[in-house]
Formats: sequence, structure tokens, C-alpha cells
Amino acid sequence: MTVRNPTSDLDFHLAGTGRRRLGDRALLGAASFAVAGLVLLMVLLIYKVVDQARPAISEFGFSFLTGTTWNAVTNQFGALDLIWGTLATSLFALVIAVPVAIAIALFLTELAPRLLRTPIGMLVELLAAIPSVVLGLWGIVVMGPFLQAHVEPWMIAHLGFLPFFDGFPSAVGLLPACLILAVMVVPIVASITRELLSSVPSDLKAGSLALGSTRWEMVRRVMLPQITGGLAAGVMLGFARAIGEAIAVTQVIGGSLVRPENIYGPADTMAARLAAQYAGTATSLQKASLAYLAVILLVISLITNLVAQLIVRRMQRKLGAP
Amino acid sequence: MSVQAQPNPFAARTARARRRKIVGYVMEGVATAAAILAVVVLAIVIGSVAKRGLPAIDLDFFTQNAAPFGQSGGGIANAIVGTVILIAIATAMAVPAGLLLAIFNTEFAPPRVANAIRLTLNVLAGVPTIVIGVFIFSLVVVGRGQSAFAAAMGLAIVMLPLIARATEEVLLLVPSSLREGSLALGASRSRTVLTVILPTAVGGMVTATIVAAARAAGETAPLLFTAAATFKTSFSLSGFMNSLPVQIYNDVTSPTTAVVNRAWGAALALVSMILLLNLFARLVSRRSSIG
Repeated sequence: MTVRNPTSDLDFHLAGTGRRRLGDRALLGAASFAVAGLVLLMVLLIYKVVDQARPAISEFGFSFLTGTTWNAVTNQFGALDLIWGTLATSLFALVIAVPVAIAIALFLTELAPRLLRTPIGMLVELLAAIPSVVLGLWGIVVMGPFLQAHVEPWMIAHLGFLPFFDGFPSAVGLLPACLILAVMVVPIVASITRELLSSVPSDLKAGSLALGSTRWEMVRRVMLPQITGGLAAGVMLGFARAIGEAIAVTQVIGGSLVRPENIYGPADTMAARLAAQYAGTATSLQKASLAYLAVILLVISLITNLVAQLIVRRMQRKLGAP
Repeated sequence: MSVQAQPNPFAARTARARRRKIVGYVMEGVATAAAILAVVVLAIVIGSVAKRGLPAIDLDFFTQNAAPFGQSGGGIANAIVGTVILIAIATAMAVPAGLLLAIFNTEFAPPRVANAIRLTLNVLAGVPTIVIGVFIFSLVVVGRGQSAFAAAMGLAIVMLPLIARATEEVLLLVPSSLREGSLALGASRSRTVLTVILPTAVGGMVTATIVAAARAAGETAPLLFTAAATFKTSFSLSGFMNSLPVQIYNDVTSPTTAVVNRAWGAALALVSMILLLNLFARLVSRRSSIG
């Protein structure tokens, strides 16, 4: 038995003139064409980036991931230090950004006077609208020297007993990169958390308050446990944003070829190395190796985004949203 | 205080209540401080851009091209022209595609397919823009050389998922009674979309487009290896084209103070442009009934 779409059936019987059906078909055709284009774009995107990296993939294979040399003269390339730099900057940026972002979201959903909610929410979102190249410019000219002169000496004096915090102040390096990334990640995580918090059913909140909780206890014991899954997804999206940021990081991180000895020293990330070197490579193998970095970034971002989307979808199903 | 035979249970309880209250106040203070911190960071960044950018700006700054390689002086005329052209072309590529994807999702696709398309768009939006730069390099630039067209394609890929997702959300906001009314009056599906749904949603669509354009205007990574910088004003899509982000990126590393000042001036111009676009988008969405 075939079930026919009632709408098209009606169309056919009532007024199925050729012209009308032609219009519907043309629209469906154009829209399907766009969908095919999207699928083709995704496939091409992955294929072309891998294709560009092919010489390096066949030359180094997986040992590219564990090599620490990056030398265009001897044509030896390995990404370990860059992978380390990418993870270090992104994770440290998340450590700073996530608590701040959650706090901002709490302020905007629970504490702020109604009159202030929209304008402050707007300002936090504006933070995301500042181009990364401008943040990088600010980072290298204003923030870097400030950190070097005032913050890093203090950190060395007071946190120097920790393994990674002793050293010499530097205007460019890991710390400014982490802070710039944190500034970029905060608006993303804050806006996701804000949406999640406002989706918590108000009877749960009212119930908690009626049982004598303070407002913080309600947040801590009722609201935050409700949104853990979505929060994890938001943090993952922030992570994906941080590992992929090239421009601002390459401006402030110092582009070092070796891993830094402390949090103040110059380092480098995969995306930053790509931005700095891809346009002017010495050898074709270097270009391919840089494209290999792009493949790694692409794989991480695809996986992170997919998992985050799936978590969000499961959350939505749980909350009964479409 | 004298020793009590039995500790007053209420004393303990009030002490605990006080502690709970204090913890609550402290946490609320922390949350408020975080919000203030975000606003302060925004103010500091915009403040420095304005403070350092304003002195660099005069009439010549907007009417002259940048002086070549490291020489001080000159303005950002060609960078502004380049950014406007690149954004215009990227918008012209991304809007029709994004609109059609949104129409497909809301009008034709079964839920499963629509979900898959949404997932794909979100994943595409998550691809690092520097990787998009490498992709365009590999797809268009290899063998043909860098061109403004290649750069615009990169920006269009950045814009596409933003426009498609936002447009779909706006189309879903159109009351189904309108759609049903139109179909009940005997209008075909295509006619319903073109004459009822799209006109109702046009405000939200314009907002989505402007927001996406503002985002693309600030992107540097897709342009770095695709458009190259040039010191001339260029209108040719097959040639090199300068743009504000690339100009800033190249000027920052200069040892010459005057060139770094030019970067600040360009940054002020770029940030103002993006903030104005966002403001404009907000006004459009406020005036339209939907979105």
C-alpha cells in the first residue's frame, strides 16, 4: 500500500494545472540543489584539505603526531609541540572562561534587575563581535606589555613555587594567548548556559525555594544539575572555537619552535603556525605538513562539534522541545 | 558566656542559617563581578581601539591607499573598498544558498533529513576558519593564483551556516495559520512560500544576513592565503584585493610606529563598521513583526 502525501494529492485533483505543479517542482528542485551543494561542499572540504596534506601524510604517517622537529632546512616536520601548545592554550582558556561564563549566565538569568538583563546580555554578546585580529592587536600592543610589567612578576613571586609558574616575564607567550582565547570563549559558553538556565522549569526552582533553600542553594542543587549535559556541550563548543583560533593567537603567542619552559614563554599552536607560515613556505613538504595540521584541526573540530550537537539533541528530547 | 547545660538548638540553627546566607551572598557577588568583568573587558578593548585609533584618522586616512611595505603614512581607502566588495560578493553567494536550504528544511524535508541538514550546517559552522582558508587555497588558488573571488568564497562558507540556520528559525516562526490559510485558498506550495511566508519573514532574514555579514567582515583567516594584500585600490575579482582585517594583520608586526598606528586606525574603522552593522540588524529585527 502506498501512502500519498495529502497536500500533493489535493493539488493534483483540485487545480493541478501544469504551471502550478511546475512552480512547486522548480522550488523543490532549487532547494534540493542547494542541499546537494551543501553535501558536496562538506565532502570537498574534507577531501581537498586531506589532498593538500597527502605528501606529508605519506612521508611521515602517524609519526607526524609524535615528532617534535619543525625544520624546513632538513625537511623534518612533527606536530607534537604544536598539539601540546594547542591543548595547553585551549584547556587553560577554558579553565578561566567556563566559571566566568557560568557566573555571567547566572547573573543574567537570576540576579540582574529586569531592566539590566537585555543591555548587559547584549554587551556580553558584543564581546564575540570584536574581530579576532583586533583582539590580537590589542593583545600584542596593550595587554602583553601590561602582563609583562605588572601581572607576571607578581605571579612569579607568589605562584613561582608551582612547577610551571616560575620563569621570566614575557610580553608574548602562552599566558596572553590563553587570556585572549578566554575572552573569545566566554560569550559562547555564557550564551549557551544562559539559554539552558532559562529552560529550567520554574516549578523546580519554586519548589526548591519553598523548601527553604537560599537562591545559591537552588542554583547549586537544582539548576546546575539540570543543565550538566548541555553545559558539557557548550564547553565542547567553546573548546572547538579555542583550538581553531589562528589569527589572534599567532599575534600574541610568539611563534616559538620549541615548547615553552613556563607559562610566560613563547609557544605555538597548530592554527597559529598555519596562519604564520602557510602563505610563504620554503618547501612543498612544509606546505603539506602545514596542511596536515589543518587535517588534525579539522578532525578534532568535526568530532567535537558532532558530539556536542548530539548531546544538545538528547537534552532537547529530554526537555520535550522540538 | 556562661556554660550551658544543653546547647541551644536554635543558636546552632541560626548560625548555620547565617552561614548559608553568607555563602549565598558571596556567590551572588561573584556572579555579579563576573558580569561586570566581561563588560569592563569590552570597555577596555573598545576604549583602547578608540583612543589609539582616533589620532590616526583624518580625511586622508579614508581617501588614500596605504603606503607600500613598511613606509609610514597613507590610509586605508583600498582596504575599505576591498572589504565592502568581498562582503558584497560573499553575501550574494551565501544568501540564496542559505535561503534555499532553509526553505527545503521547513517546507519539504522529513524531520530526519531536516535534522541531518541542521547537524551538517552546525558542524560546518564549527570548522576553524583557518581550515576554510586552506580548503579554498587547495580548491581555487592552486594553479590559478590568489584572487578576490577565492577570498569571497571563503567568507561565503563562513556566512552560509549562519544565514541558513537563522533563516530557518525565522521561517519556523511564521504562524502556521498563514501557511494553512494560503494553501486552503488554493495557492500552490511555491506560491505560498514566495508570496506569504517569505514576505512575512523578510525582516528576520535581513537581520540574519546583516549579522552574518558583520561576522564575515572581521574574518582574517579565510583571506590570508586567498586574496593577498595589495597597495592599490582594486575592483577586479580575479586580482589581489586588500581588506581591513588583512591590513591590520600585516601592519601589526611592523617595527615602525606610524604603521602600527595605521593598524589602530583600521581597527577602529573595522570595529565601528561591525558595531554599526550589528546595531542596524537589531533595529531591523525590532521593526519587523517576526524575528
